[in-house]
Amino acid sequence: MTPESFWRDGRGIRGWLLTTDHKRVGILFFFGVTLSLVLGGVFALVLRLELLTPERTIVSASTYNQLFTHHGIVMVWMFMIPSIPAVFGNFFIPIMIGAKDVAFPKLNLASFYVYLLGAALTLTALIVGGVDTGWTFYAPYSTSTPTQVGWVVLGVFVLGVSTIMSGINFIVTIHTLRAKGITWSKLPLFVWNIYATSIIQVLATPILGLSLILVGIDHAWGLGLFEAKEGGDPVMFQHLFWFYSHPAVYIMILPGMGVITEVVCTFCHNPPLSYRLLVIASLGIAFVGFLTWGHHMFVAGMSTFDVGVFGALSMFVAIFSAIKVFTWTATLYGGRINVATPMLYFFGFSFLFVFGGMSGVAVATSSLDVHWHDTYFVVAHFHFIMVGGTLTAFLAAIHYWFPKITGRKYSEKWGLLSAVMVILGFFFTFMPQFLLGNAGMPRRYYSYPDRYQWLHVLSTAGASVLALGLIFVVIYLTAALIRGHRAGPNPWGSSAPEWRIPSPPPTHNFIAPPDPSHGPYDYNGKEHA
Amino acid sequence: MTEVIYSDPRQRTHALHLGMWMFLGSETLLFAGLFGLYASYRAEFPSEFAVGVAHNNALIGTANTAVLIISSFFVAWGVHSIRGSRRRPCMISLGVAVLLGLTFLVLKSIEYTEHLRAGLAPGAHFSSTMLPARGFALFYTLYFVMTGLHALHVVAGITILTWLAIRVRRGRTRRDHRTELELGGLYWHLVDIVWIFLWPLLYLTHR
Amino acid sequence: MNELMRKLLALPEQRSSVAFGIDVLHYVVISISLLGAVAVAATVALLLVRFRRRPGGIPGPRPRPMSVKAEGVALGGLLAMFLVFWIIGFRQYVHLRTPPANAMDVYVVGKQWMWTFAYPDGNATTSELVVPVGRPVRLLMTSRDVIHSFFIPQFRVKQDVLPGRTTTLWFEANKPGVYDIFCAEYCGTEHSMMRGRVIVLDDGAWAEWAQNQPHGDDLAAAGERVASERGCLRCHTVDGTRFIGPTWAGVYDSVVEMTDGARVRADAAYLTESMMDPDVRIHAGFAAIMPSYRGLLDAGDVAALVQYIRSLPAHPEPKAPLPKNPVRFP
Repeated sequence: MTPESFWRDGRGIRGWLLTTDHKRVGILFFFGVTLSLVLGGVFALVLRLELLTPERTIVSASTYNQLFTHHGIVMVWMFMIPSIPAVFGNFFIPIMIGAKDVAFPKLNLASFYVYLLGAALTLTALIVGGVDTGWTFYAPYSTSTPTQVGWVVLGVFVLGVSTIMSGINFIVTIHTLRAKGITWSKLPLFVWNIYATSIIQVLATPILGLSLILVGIDHAWGLGLFEAKEGGDPVMFQHLFWFYSHPAVYIMILPGMGVITEVVCTFCHNPPLSYRLLVIASLGIAFVGFLTWGHHMFVAGMSTFDVGVFGALSMFVAIFSAIKVFTWTATLYGGRINVATPMLYFFGFSFLFVFGGMSGVAVATSSLDVHWHDTYFVVAHFHFIMVGGTLTAFLAAIHYWFPKITGRKYSEKWGLLSAVMVILGFFFTFMPQFLLGNAGMPRRYYSYPDRYQWLHVLSTAGASVLALGLIFVVIYLTAALIRGHRAGPNPWGSSAPEWRIPSPPPTHNFIAPPDPSHGPYDYNGKEHA
Repeated sequence: MTEVIYSDPRQRTHALHLGMWMFLGSETLLFAGLFGLYASYRAEFPSEFAVGVAHNNALIGTANTAVLIISSFFVAWGVHSIRGSRRRPCMISLGVAVLLGLTFLVLKSIEYTEHLRAGLAPGAHFSSTMLPARGFALFYTLYFVMTGLHALHVVAGITILTWLAIRVRRGRTRRDHRTELELGGLYWHLVDIVWIFLWPLLYLTHR
Repeated sequence: MNELMRKLLALPEQRSSVAFGIDVLHYVVISISLLGAVAVAATVALLLVRFRRRPGGIPGPRPRPMSVKAEGVALGGLLAMFLVFWIIGFRQYVHLRTPPANAMDVYVVGKQWMWTFAYPDGNATTSELVVPVGRPVRLLMTSRDVIHSFFIPQFRVKQDVLPGRTTTLWFEANKPGVYDIFCAEYCGTEHSMMRGRVIVLDDGAWAEWAQNQPHGDDLAAAGERVASERGCLRCHTVDGTRFIGPTWAGVYDSVVEMTDGARVRADAAYLTESMMDPDVRIHAGFAAIMPSYRGLLDAGDVAALVQYIRSLPAHPEPKAPLPKNPVRFP
């Protein structure tokens, strides 16, 4: 008798709120991060509406300052960082390594509640008055502003704790629970990417915790560690903050890269050009990513020597991403490609991530960065990578694994339409921002000189299309949940391990133990049902 | 559930140990940030920091070091006892370690009180006229933040050791008392090691 | 060609001596970036079409496009190109951070939410930085409160302005005109209104402007006041006599020997550092006992003191010698 799907197995609402099934935890996180994406997106839309005119459009300057701060905080810590690992990592890592769950299922559930607590504290800050420091909390503004820094700092600290808990869980799971015969070199590359991400999470997040504690105590009570009057150095805060926040951007992109590898190999029915190079690239990004934080501080008052060193190291980290782009593109060659929605997202990714990454090489060129620093060029750069890279990968992941998780198929037509809207909408939102930055428009500006207006209008128009595309995604996927056609275990014909179990999976994942001789990229000469 | 996930108890023990070491790694990074700040500011204000260090009560500082090292010994003795299933010596060792931990906190409070009375307080509350230079106040701010964060971890460690002692006393039939004690012991040892780095930086290096 | 690229990329006019060089690097880097991204996307599109799944195809071994070694060579080439960008960019950056020796100094104070400027001859302006064309200008900047950033897009220069520290920025304007100053580091509610203008005057207009400014108290005279009020004269003399600290007479722009043997030119930056971080470099033959004045002297005070020190003659008239015995009063 086939076991129940994990959706049905369990006692009502308690079976969800007290679950220790990694798949259910993943679904819980899915709701959390999606709601966060919506909230962060609403803040962005209001921002973009305000920027339609050079002076006040719909909100005051102080509200605007709070909006961009809240947008950044919610997007970075409540959406981007948890999104792929806590949803898809949780759902699929145990399955991909042949385990029945993660190493510490109760810790997993706890990490969700800690996430909720952190989110609640952060949202409390928004409700009781808001914060206007920017998501980067630079001292001494952050330690002297009368806004609700205390609540936000506490909230983000707790969110950081949730991240560390997840990171520890994944590292231990991957080390200790691989099924018999599943060696490190037989793991799907998505697992390697989550592993690299988890290492960064465990090692970098404590520094964020420290920065937040120091700002929080200083704000409430007066510490003066970054206050010139007390002998402190405001640039020291920047070093501490970016030491975490630069690796954090790799926490945000590495899982997305893992998704892309899985999608490309499955839909092309081809193994990656070089498995080993992709592993080296992931670990390389994680390691070198810790050494480049100073490139956020080229005009902050750092020594010229430091500027040189950080610039050079930043060039190295770009090469690891280049390895991945090369490998993905080469994997298409000689494949038998199913151009379905996830592959459309890959196509968008291939332009947006590469241009975003190259704009990163550009800002690492110190003399150019003097002009671009703190302008819209940088805003465009990181949105190209974060949205054009990670969000696109997140959408690709949803569309790739939807049949496995829900046992249903969605409308390919709607998938195509929405992907086009998202990619084009994104492009027209952020491409003008590169030009705005070139033209000298600083970031975090409520009002601006008239001559920048046309680019802002174009950007806002693009944002509306992007938002609409995302709304469509929500609608047709919900419709598919209710009345989509049933999907079998392997609608894409993938060789990857998660496609050899039923759709949706049963609670303990496997009916028979996984077969280690069947690799995740075993396509040469074979077809998979 | 654990019976389902793990193929044998040794795998579970291995996982728990690995998880604990990862957690200790993150705690180490937390303190490493503070050590980094200390190093930067000390390089900027060498003489003021030296005066600050010299002014600290090296007697209490060294006593605290001894207290923590001895408490770590007792925790190790407790782990050793439970491995031989000797519950009573284990509980006594843990109890002594807890008392020593509390002693540490008492000595720390005495120190803090002395400092605050002399106006040597963190940040904006600094009111000593001993040395007007900025670096001196900064030293005390870092001193309070570093030892304060450490003291919070000592409180957490005492809580963990107490809880473990109670569990051993109640004799709950868990196969891995030993693992719990090893992991709790590791945490306590980390707290001790952090102090061993704080001690010279804050009490001894005044040349 | 330059104008075409500049307009296409929405770059402002190139109104400083460094702008053209920076823009040329910009064109190269951005063009390669765009071409690279388009090339990748086009390749992906081509491959998606060429290798799309056709019904009834027979599965067989897949052709490989290139060896891993070839990929390694390509990646090496890419890294080399990135490092070339870095080298050129870093050299330009060093140039941006090295003011010419003959630069004219202007003291800048940023505070929420305005810029003020003080000139060595006592002129002071708010929000408008007036400078001559074709001469290098060095800005010595500090903040009264939080971190700001001084940005002139048309000159391609920017530098954060910090509380408790002096940061520098230099430029040489190449054409008279009026250019934007933006604050580029978020500093609170009116951050986007913290703007100003650089007014670049040709030589004639500049001379006229400098003459016609209402001269505030000569900055050097103000400096003498600051020196006596802040206790500087308790340790430093102005007549060449050696006392607790080095004498100020003749020190400006002289070569000073440090305790570690280094020889340093005592320019405005050195004097400023001596006031803010006196322990960093100690004048040979003197004890390291000077307290820091960080937070106690603002930029205007520092400017005034520097001008005062600069105004002191090297070999002043000898004054009556200091008494050797303690002076008693009946």
